[in-house]
This record gives sequence, structure tokens and C-alpha cells, in this order.
Amino acid sequence: MGEKVINVEALSKSFGDHEVLKKIDFSVSRGEVICIVGSSGSGKSTLLRCINKLEHQTAGKILFNGKEVKDIQKEVNNYRSKVGMVFQSFNLFSNMTVLKNCMAGTRKVLKLSEKEAYAKAITQLKKVGMAPYINALPAQLSGGQKQRVAIARALCMEPEVLLFDEPTSALDPEMVGDVLNVMKELARTGLTMIIVTHEMAFAKDVSTRTIFMDQGYIVEDDVPDRLFSNPKNQRTREFLTRYIAECAG
Amino acid sequence: MIFGNLMAMNPSNSLEWMIFFIQKYSNMFIQGTWITLYVAVIGTVAGFLLGYIVGIIQDIEIVKEDSGIKKLAVRIVKGISFVYVEIFRGTPMIVQGMIIYYGLLQADIKITSIMAGILVTLLNTGAYMSETVRGGIKSIDTGQREGALAMGMSPLSAMCFIILPQAFRNIIPEMANTFLTNLKMTSVLNVIGVSELFMMAKTAGGTYYKYFEAYLVIALIYFVLCFIFNRVFLLLERKMAGRKDYVLAVEYMEDR
Repeated sequence: MGEKVINVEALSKSFGDHEVLKKIDFSVSRGEVICIVGSSGSGKSTLLRCINKLEHQTAGKILFNGKEVKDIQKEVNNYRSKVGMVFQSFNLFSNMTVLKNCMAGTRKVLKLSEKEAYAKAITQLKKVGMAPYINALPAQLSGGQKQRVAIARALCMEPEVLLFDEPTSALDPEMVGDVLNVMKELARTGLTMIIVTHEMAFAKDVSTRTIFMDQGYIVEDDVPDRLFSNPKNQRTREFLTRYIAECAG
Repeated sequence: MIFGNLMAMNPSNSLEWMIFFIQKYSNMFIQGTWITLYVAVIGTVAGFLLGYIVGIIQDIEIVKEDSGIKKLAVRIVKGISFVYVEIFRGTPMIVQGMIIYYGLLQADIKITSIMAGILVTLLNTGAYMSETVRGGIKSIDTGQREGALAMGMSPLSAMCFIILPQAFRNIIPEMANTFLTNLKMTSVLNVIGVSELFMMAKTAGGTYYKYFEAYLVIALIYFVLCFIFNRVFLLLERKMAGRKDYVLAVEYMEDR
């Protein structure tokens, strides 16, 4: 694997008295596709939000390409423009068309020209199969379409790392496939991705590393083949058994 | 022809009196309408601007990570805007008018009554509007802000390009309300000598001891003004809502 892109060092996060993340250590190398699984409330979404600085960690630090990301607004903005994020609830700008959504970041943050931003938006929208919908407003799209636009919007920034926070959890079952296929395609292109998900089959299939989190700890961190078929930890085993039972039932 | 006759004869009923007033004092009423509009429009627009600024200030959140200087500055600005809003929402506009006009005169600051009127209107509007803006900002899903921040926009850019345009659309009805209220509230400014519609009716009515008819005339003018502006705001609201449908960009359709 390539050099480390993101290092998370002794990261803790508390909401009041409740400690959600407990001294998390892990790192991401260039080209890795990491899936983070675990039950609700295990802290996986919070970890992702901390990595993007949408939550301020209580302790510990985050390194990007070996340099600490300090809590200075300018630095944070710059860092975020290189680390994209796709949300569970899409968060497309509802006052803008699909096209404008995809041009917002390139125009306002990267300060590209109208023409360049347009070309980029179309390229990325084509990738996710949403180019014909450039004139639509988010409210006029289905969930799956919105999420594909959100992915295209993030890709327009040409991020070094793309974070996914349960990207398919708010979707109808038949739309999940569309979004997962887009993500699979991205994984194939070598984009570094960190994906919080409940889609075990996808995690097993696509990730180069799977992380199981429980109660604010990283319990197991392994290649998916081993983690899914032969988990070392008791908690991982319980989680997976329960999960498979639920899916079968 | 009828009008011509009326000028010559003495009006005998209320309707004739109203027509008489409109004819005789048409210049005064037009000037009064103009000044009413002048004070209301400038006062409201400037007040809206002030309201947006104060509303955004009220929305700033102090986070633990901010530096001490920033925390202190934010607290002071927030404190000032809080006091301002409370004072102007807590006192009648007619009293504010008197205090500002005579206060400034007493301090040897030369100010025309119209300027004082605009100042009172804008400060009043700003106070109410800031709360409306704050509510409008709060009504926008936090996901919109997070989506903007996550792509590297600064908090200020996120506010200006993403949140405010959406909040603006949501508070148009309330802005229309504020403007119509202002249009009518300018009538209290006659106490500091602003020669708006109310003052004109008082003068015209006073000359003939026919107050009922004189005020009916300006009631009609106020009503027509409000009616017209209401339509304008409805139109603006409809325009902001955008189209219900969209055109597929067929040039990007893939052949299947």
C-alpha cells in the first residue's frame, strides 16, 4: 500500500459525560477502501464526522498527509476541500439545481472558471449517470438519484479521500444497488474511501480493510475475508451472527 | 363636469366632501403619498439589511476551540445586538420617534424630520427583522450547512450562498408583513412633523372641520398602496419558488 493519507491518533470524543469515541488509533493509506461496520451507537458516524472536522474531537489529533490538521478555520476549509463527504441525508443544496450543486464547490472554494466548473460537473455527473438531470432541483429527484448527485458533487472537488456516512441507509431497497454500483466503480479507480455502512455484502466485496467498531472502540481491523469468515473477537462474532440471522430472517 | 360643478358649489354629503378634498388637495395627497412611500421603502429596505446583519450575528455560535479574543468579540457584538433588539421591540415607535428626533436636536445634531422618520423606521424594522431572519436561518436543515462546510466552504460563504438564500425565500411572507406594517406605521411620524399622508389629512380635514371624510380619503390611499404591494410580494414569492418541472438535458442522455 502507498503512503499514509490520514492518521487518526488517540482520538476521543465526548458529548457531555457520554464518551462516544475512546482513544481511536488508525490510519488510511492511499488507495485503500475502508468499510467501518458496527451496531448503531458504536461511534462509527461520529468518527467519520471527526475526520471531516464536523465534530471537534475532545482529545487526540488527525494528520493529513503527515501534517496535523489544526483547528484554524482556513486550514480546516483547505483540508475539507481535499477530503470529501457524502451524507446519509444527501445534503444537496435545495435552492440549487443539480448542475449548480456540482459547481458550488468548484466555483466558490476552488475558484475555477464557469467553463471549467461546468466541464467538471458534467464529467462527474456522467460518471454517476445523472447528467441528463442537470436542470432538476433536488426535491424533484428520488433518493437514489440524489445520492448519486451528491457523490458527483463530492467528486467534482477531486478529493484525495472520500468519506461516506451510511450513504444507502436512507434509500429504498431497490435504489441501494444503483448507489453501491457507483461506489464499487469508484473503488476500482483507486480512490481512497472510508465508508460507514450497514451493507455487509458490499463491505465484504469492495473494501480492502474492514473495521468493526463497538462502544467507541475499534474492536477489529482486518482484511474483509478474515473479518467476515473468521473474526478473532467475540463481539465481532456476535455482531456478525446477529446480522446474518436478521438478513436471513 | 361633475367635478367642475362641485368646485363651485358647497359639498353636501360625505362622498362629495371626499371628492372635494381629493380635488382641492390633490397635490398635498400626492406629496403625502410620496413621503409615506419614501420613508417606508427606504426605512424598510435599510431595516431589512440591518435585520439580516443582526440576525446573522445572533446566530453565531461560540465554540470551545475559538480563541479568547474571538470569543470576547463575539460576546460583545452579540450583547450589543441583544440590547438593541430588546429596546426597540420593547418601546412604541411613536415614542422612539419623539426621543430620537428631539434627542438629536437637543444634542445639536441637525436632522430633518424625514431623516429622523427613516431612522426610526429602519431601527424598528431591524429589531423585528433580526428575529425573523434568525428564525429563517434556524428553519434551514443543518445538513445544508454541513454539506457546504464539508466541501471546504467557510462558515461565512455557507451562510451567504447556501443558508441565507433559502432562509430569504422562507421569510418573504414575513418581510411583506413588515413592509405593510411600516407603510401604515409611518402615520405616527406626523408627531415629529413628517409631512406624510396622516399629516396631510389632518391639515385638510382641519381646514374644514371635516375629519371623517379627510381620513377616509387617506384610508383609501393606504389600502390601495397595501393592496398593490401585497401583489408585488406574492409575485416575488411565486418567482422565488421556481418552476415545478424541469427540462431533461437530452444531449447527455446515454444511448441504450
